[in-house]
Amino acid sequence: MSEKIVTLSDATFDEHVKASDVPVLVDFWAEWCGPCKMISPVLEEIAEEQAGKLQIGKLNIDDNLEVTRRFDVMSIPTLILFKNGEPEVRLIGAKPKGQLLQEIAAYL
Amino acid sequence: MAERRKVIIVGSGPAGLTAAIYAARAQLEPLVIEGEPSSNSDQPGGQLMLTTEVENYPGFVDGVMGPELMGIMRNQAIRFGAELRTAKVSRLDLSSPSPFPLWIGDPNADEPTVEADALIIATGARSLMLGCPNEERLLGYGVSTCATCDGFFFREQHIAVAGGGDSALEEALFLTRFASKVTVVHRRSELRASKIMQERAFKNPKIEFLWDSVIVDVLGDTKVSGIKVQHTSAETFELPVSGLFVAIGHEPNSGLLKGQLDLEENGYVRTIGRSSRTSVDGVFACGDVQDHIYRQAITSAGSGCMAAIDAEHWLEERGE
Repeated sequence: MSEKIVTLSDATFDEHVKASDVPVLVDFWAEWCGPCKMISPVLEEIAEEQAGKLQIGKLNIDDNLEVTRRFDVMSIPTLILFKNGEPEVRLIGAKPKGQLLQEIAAYL
Repeated sequence: MAERRKVIIVGSGPAGLTAAIYAARAQLEPLVIEGEPSSNSDQPGGQLMLTTEVENYPGFVDGVMGPELMGIMRNQAIRFGAELRTAKVSRLDLSSPSPFPLWIGDPNADEPTVEADALIIATGARSLMLGCPNEERLLGYGVSTCATCDGFFFREQHIAVAGGGDSALEEALFLTRFASKVTVVHRRSELRASKIMQERAFKNPKIEFLWDSVIVDVLGDTKVSGIKVQHTSAETFELPVSGLFVAIGHEPNSGLLKGQLDLEENGYVRTIGRSSRTSVDGVFACGDVQDHIYRQAITSAGSGCMAAIDAEHWLEERGE
């Protein structure tokens, strides 16, 4: 995994997402989810390209039910973009890179 | 100038990747345009990327996970020199004889991105949706087309599955791992699923059936709270469920081909006789985009092999 991607957990979520100077795109994922695997390389690329402007965080839903429930995630992959700690955009399902970037562009 | 390739394969499910393995081993240096990430079954790896255990693919005594099987096929194609590009074809033009131009990205660009001497169409099929009013709005909020992705979120809850085929029963059985109760809503009074799946479903104490019933709407404000069901007796009632999984069938991903080669009335690509040839010389089709009868990973893989061999023979006959 790219070192530009941060692994989030129930314990570290608030601290990371609220304290971040840049928007954080959180990937709610699990090992057993095929479409999550598909977008993983896309997120790696975005993390590299948008370094300094956007932080990518990954939250494994199997291990972190508290945050998963708090944001009512009911389908994975779900990507939520947080700005100043607040959820701004929610993207459900795997999407191509171009479309992902387009949907979050207004918040960067 | 557009890059020209001897063989281009569009799609990367079992059909596309098997075609790639055979074409690569025949030294045809195939390019596979594998699609882009998506959760609606036209993604790289195809429909198996949305499944869990595949128990009927020969060679795997204990079964294999769908995404893992596709990873293996992909690596096998790459091992023999196939090139895979994670992109989607936005347009192709079959109006002039080979080479066939294909566009990736802007479909209105003057120059095509690539040109294929022989073209293999393996774009597969996608899940059909019910088409009822609130289905799309609640997609991801209780409405799902991927039990393996979303089943986890319905622990100890009552959910509904729409459909009566193998995919519907597979989803229903998988969902019993999480749900307290799974109601299969089917528009007829008998299932079209295979006997083994029917037996498993009938034996499972968590699964119940609503026969002769059509889901006419999905209820819920911010997430699914129920479904509205119409029975053939014309009686309409509401069933409180927190999730709805749709598995009512498939439609071929043949949109790019409309008006360019012969399609069946139901949109599937027409192939000639016992071959993968289509109505356009030099264009071959394999997998679910041309098969609405068998639709198995193994039949797709088999037809992918046929398409690669047909393309190889066709190129040889042209003296290339």
